[in-house]
Amino acid sequence: MNGHWTQKSKLLAPIAETGHCGIFLIRMLGSIRLERGLLISTLQQTYLIGARSLVIIMICGFFVGMVLSLQSINALQQFGASDQVSLLVGKSLFRELGPVLTALLFAGRAGTSVAAEIGLMKATSQIEAMQLMAIDPVQRIALPRFLAGLLSLPLLTAMFNAFAILGAVVFSIGVMGLDPGIFWSKLQSGIYFSKDFMGGVWKSVVFGGLVSLIAVYFGYYAKPTGEGVGTATTRTVVMSSVLVLIFDFIMTSFLI
Amino acid sequence: MKETIIHIKNVSFQRDDKVILDDVSMDIKRGSIVAIMGPSGVGKTTILRLISGQLHPSSGSIEVNGEEISAMSHRQLYECRKDIGVLLQNGALFTDLTVFENIATPLREHTSLSENEIRERVLAQLESVGLLGTEELMPDSLSGGMARRVALARAVILNPKIVLFDEPMTGLDPIAMSTVRRLIRKTNDELGLTSVIVTHNVDQMNKLVDYCFVLAAEKLIAEGSPQELMHNNDPAVDQFMNGHVDGPISFRYKPINNSTTTNPS
Repeated sequence: MNGHWTQKSKLLAPIAETGHCGIFLIRMLGSIRLERGLLISTLQQTYLIGARSLVIIMICGFFVGMVLSLQSINALQQFGASDQVSLLVGKSLFRELGPVLTALLFAGRAGTSVAAEIGLMKATSQIEAMQLMAIDPVQRIALPRFLAGLLSLPLLTAMFNAFAILGAVVFSIGVMGLDPGIFWSKLQSGIYFSKDFMGGVWKSVVFGGLVSLIAVYFGYYAKPTGEGVGTATTRTVVMSSVLVLIFDFIMTSFLI
Repeated sequence: MKETIIHIKNVSFQRDDKVILDDVSMDIKRGSIVAIMGPSGVGKTTILRLISGQLHPSSGSIEVNGEEISAMSHRQLYECRKDIGVLLQNGALFTDLTVFENIATPLREHTSLSENEIRERVLAQLESVGLLGTEELMPDSLSGGMARRVALARAVILNPKIVLFDEPMTGLDPIAMSTVRRLIRKTNDELGLTSVIVTHNVDQMNKLVDYCFVLAAEKLIAEGSPQELMHNNDPAVDQFMNGHVDGPISFRYKPINNSTTTNPS
């Protein structure tokens, strides 16, 4: 009987945690006050987690663009359609690879840092001190980091896409000798603003919210020990990555 | 006769199946410095957390300033906490803020003072704890004693009625210990506070506090002035106050009597 209940509670645990995370989100959004302090701390966090992720995003974007054009040209050459490479690269990037890869990189770079920072604040009683000073830590600590993630990811995705296109230009035009006019005209005529570009923007907004919610949630509820902080960062990366891919499928099936 | 500011009545507290406090009652008088003493793990910090509303008692009541803490809503509790300063064991300074910003945080959050007024009050507070000139330092560049003094300055910046200290002397060298001790007395008397100190440091408390409560084996076993307790004939009180190894207070961990822990199936 005991074992049965243990198994049942193990099955229900993820559902309970999802509900708990949802309540945390509502609590966080409910604490939004339009005041200067929130704006300043959100901008500070946007710099810390967004701007500081820029270099890794640009480097990865550049090489993803290069490898994508290498693979595409290789495949398209078989059909004599290598001049379509910019269209293929552009569609793949704006619709799928840009938002998804940026979100995965963001989870690894910024998500872990947010979860570890909040977890460490908890382990060193800073969150407790804040509560004892009648300051709501959800409002002061979690909310600015969540909003910063929400704001940063679409901007980082735009940078990722821009550098991926640059990588594709360098490889296709610079290395493979493709005609620049054809490259740019195919890209311009084949990519639609509402369907391709905005589809990617919506995805990046959702992924930004998802990754930053998971990071602040796991950080805030981390066990106040070294091991607890480690577990929070690991769970942030794993859960963010899995959920980004699941939500990508769900959103694609609606947006396509 | 001073009035009671914290009234703890028949409080019991248990975590899972383990009883931490059993039927504990205390009256803490306004303006006094009171110590809650006892061996490690006896539930001293739990009492501070019950007073500050972080924990709720399993039974009994806790009144602070005439108001029942456990019956308060989240908003009421936060209002009440503006009158309670807390100095946690490690100081718990915000590591991403300077000393100045650490002390200014409660003022920025709960008052509408101008930047000049905030600066004046923070510098005056730093002066009173002897740390003027450290305002631009980060917490990681402070010694343990200095961090504790900054935390004290932060705890009293809003002029609270009550200050709770969790092991304020632990880990400090004798000079820092005496400095913190003198500061607690000075701050308490100058600002008219009520200070509640959780500690197991008998020597330091004898030099500082007006009244002591001694906890052992989940219960309040004695109370009185430090002098009265030093001459208390109760074997448990005598063992704790004089640091005897042998006596009724066991240093061995008592496992919880729970059938699930003994049943191999």
